[in-house]
Amino acid sequence: MSAASRPIATTRSSAGMPTGRLAVWWVIASEIVIFGGLLGSYIMFRLSHDAFAQQAAHTNVWIGTVNTLVLLTSSLAAVLGHKAAEAGDGPKAARQLYLTALGGLTFASIKFLYEWPTEIHEGFTISSSTFWSFYYTAAGIHAAHVIAGVVIMLFIAPVAKKGLELQRVELIGLYWHFVDVVWIFLFPLLYIAK
Amino acid sequence: MVVQHAEHHEEHAHHPQESWFRHYFLSTDHKIICFQYMFTGMAMGLVGAFFAYVFRMQMAFPGVHVPGWGLVTPADYNMLITNHGAIMIFWVAMPVLIAAFGNYLIPLMIGADDMVFPRINRLSYQIFLLSALVLIVSFFVPGGGFAGAWTMYPPLSAKAQYSLTGDGSTVFVFAVALEFVAFLLGGINFVTTAMNSRAPGMKIYDIPIVVWMIVIASLLFMASVGPLIAGAIMLLFDQRLGTAFFDPNRGGDPILWQHLFWFFGHPEVYVVLLPAVGIVAEIITVFSRKKLFAYKTVLSTAIATGVLSFTVWAHHQFVAGIDPRMANIFTVTTLIISIPIAEMMFVYIATLYGGSITLTTPMLWALGFIGSFLIGGVTGIFLGSSGADIYLHDTYFVLAHFHYTFFPIAIIGTYAGLTFWFPKMFGKMMNDTLGKWHFWLTFIPFNCIFIPLFFTGMLGDHRRIFDYSNFSELSTPMLQHLRAFATVSLLVMLTAQTLFVYNFVTSLLWGKKAEKNPWKANTLEWTANSPPPHGNWATLPTVYRGPYEYSVPDRAEDYWPQNAPS
Amino acid sequence: MAEHAHAHAPEGHESHEHPNYWRIWGILCALLFVSVAGPFVGIKIVTLITAFGIAIVKAYLVAKYFMHIDIAAKYVTYFIMTALVFMVLFFAGAAPDVMKPEGRNWEKPAWLDGSIHGTMSPGEHGAPAEEPPAAH
Repeated sequence: MSAASRPIATTRSSAGMPTGRLAVWWVIASEIVIFGGLLGSYIMFRLSHDAFAQQAAHTNVWIGTVNTLVLLTSSLAAVLGHKAAEAGDGPKAARQLYLTALGGLTFASIKFLYEWPTEIHEGFTISSSTFWSFYYTAAGIHAAHVIAGVVIMLFIAPVAKKGLELQRVELIGLYWHFVDVVWIFLFPLLYIAK
Repeated sequence: MVVQHAEHHEEHAHHPQESWFRHYFLSTDHKIICFQYMFTGMAMGLVGAFFAYVFRMQMAFPGVHVPGWGLVTPADYNMLITNHGAIMIFWVAMPVLIAAFGNYLIPLMIGADDMVFPRINRLSYQIFLLSALVLIVSFFVPGGGFAGAWTMYPPLSAKAQYSLTGDGSTVFVFAVALEFVAFLLGGINFVTTAMNSRAPGMKIYDIPIVVWMIVIASLLFMASVGPLIAGAIMLLFDQRLGTAFFDPNRGGDPILWQHLFWFFGHPEVYVVLLPAVGIVAEIITVFSRKKLFAYKTVLSTAIATGVLSFTVWAHHQFVAGIDPRMANIFTVTTLIISIPIAEMMFVYIATLYGGSITLTTPMLWALGFIGSFLIGGVTGIFLGSSGADIYLHDTYFVLAHFHYTFFPIAIIGTYAGLTFWFPKMFGKMMNDTLGKWHFWLTFIPFNCIFIPLFFTGMLGDHRRIFDYSNFSELSTPMLQHLRAFATVSLLVMLTAQTLFVYNFVTSLLWGKKAEKNPWKANTLEWTANSPPPHGNWATLPTVYRGPYEYSVPDRAEDYWPQNAPS
Repeated sequence: MAEHAHAHAPEGHESHEHPNYWRIWGILCALLFVSVAGPFVGIKIVTLITAFGIAIVKAYLVAKYFMHIDIAAKYVTYFIMTALVFMVLFFAGAAPDVMKPEGRNWEKPAWLDGSIHGTMSPGEHGAPAEEPPAAH
């Protein structure tokens, strides 16, 4: 929707914040409870069985670390894109967004093309045990959010490159940082605590 | 149904080239999206009501061929009650009360030209429509629609050999998940619009109560549905991928599902309650020409109810084997939550007291809401006490309790809102005499359906039983007469709804043209044309005062619109 | 279209000071390595602190410096914290049941006899057989 056909409602800010940013924070709040419910359930199971810890020993902490690094770096790119957008530099912001998207794709590739096939090949499937059910479900939902973020970025970046709708760079960045924070908690839960 | 829109379409001069299809199916205008939600919700209501008719006929006349269905088998019965419940909550109450009224009222009442994200608004409806269609599809898959109760407890819902509806159960979960996504998207739109797009001069306490209520309801939904979304994914994987999240034989826990479900399920009832309560507030102030007795109190009780609603959920699980010490805690919180709602009702009664009351059709519905919801709420106290609940759980007492709350919310609240805002929405006046007949022929039978069920419940009628002939103590003539009486009352009530349909259609086509403000109300929507054009106003209004300045001393008029400079 | 591009830095943006984002990134990476190294010390409590304590610190850093939650209106912090509190509430309400292997008149067989391992040894494929384990 171009600025011309955007409703006046969208441009108001009685709550003291641009509408888009307010909306993305609400999205984040509702996502917190989705992941919270899932991870809370995982923690309940984890704390009541030793068997979980035994299964968790088979996750690959090195791949997990690499993936965490990838996401952290992509978050850096996202916030640098925000800085560029704020300065009005559309092309630079777009470049940073493409780098962020690249980070997301790298994360997904490592997971789907190497980590999971390896684990499945070793016999750890989603139905092997409750630990692995949670592992694939939680990491899978997170990965779905990563891919969704990448797709949205690929829509925003070309428009930003022309210097248009630059506020969207910050908004997708905000969402991306949230996805990063979820991983910051998933990583110790699934990989480190053994 | 679509014919009715044609009547006011001509007044929309703004999009002359827009095809009929674009205007009604692809519109991003919040008012059209309201109608889309409203009519989809009402159509689903017909399906849900039909299911109720069929299973109540089975209850009243067991083993008798039901006109329009045939013989009701036990499998049929389970499918009917499951989908009746799910449809009425997810595909009727929510779309009509929150999505339809929210979409219509929020921009108009805060003086905005549309929602802040019109295209996401349209998308949310499309996802909702998809969810309704997926649910309908579930009736036609092998095995038929899901038959494991709307609460989807595993292992019944997870294992096809128990529910006998393996495919139906998966499609059902998808339908519910899609509905959740639609309402999350819609909710974000509502909250952001109400927070950010208010007219200049509209301060926090100048916002009409119904807008607050819909916003708080959206927030409650957004905060509570997360764990259930996680749970639904887990259930889906248990059904299809061989995981064992909820299978105790393989390391899972079925009680986890119950907690995930009811952590959402309880706030959900307040999600649908608050908009109805808000609609009632708007109506009673207008038709008693009185200020709302205590605006800030109503607001704080609504927020308190919302927050407390997150602390009561396990009262649905008192007899499921939960830790009795937790049952104690949840009993206390459940009893406490009755206090803010009672306070809200007291404020409404105080608002009515001394007012100059006109008993129009909307006012009758609003008063009917207060009276019947009180009964529903009070009977909840019995169930909230874990001791009494040991006996009453899973009896018809529970069913009568929640119908005495849900029916006022979803049906009475809807009719109240529709009859009140019909002039604004469609530019015509409804026939008030027909409206009153419809009210009484709905309200009295409604009580005749559910009062007997309190008694059958106390006498031992279990829920979800297809045929009581195997229970000798429940196969008495008296109980059977009570069940039949309830069913006959349902038939009367369902027939009376034709009055509403008749009134609706004839008013739309041939009703008296409505002026801008036929009820002489204060809120901003009454300053727009009836119906409002795209963009709502040529010049967006500015606000100078609160919404309930009725019968202000020393003024010629007994109302004082929010946008009047003096 | 073109004039629109220069009309704004993003709407409503209070231009704010940007911290050195590379520095924050560096701190985050350093914390990551500490958290991975933690388990090698071998003491459980150290592992817990390095894994989860650091996770909380990292999340805080991302929220503050990348998401600028401290510059956004105060109520944002409040409703994010509220969402987190609700999660704690959910855990508190469900854990007393979900974390027990048996209660009044019920038991979870697989929890009691320890057979919830499922397929323990690598190399086995597929889900375990569905028959319940031997009576406890």
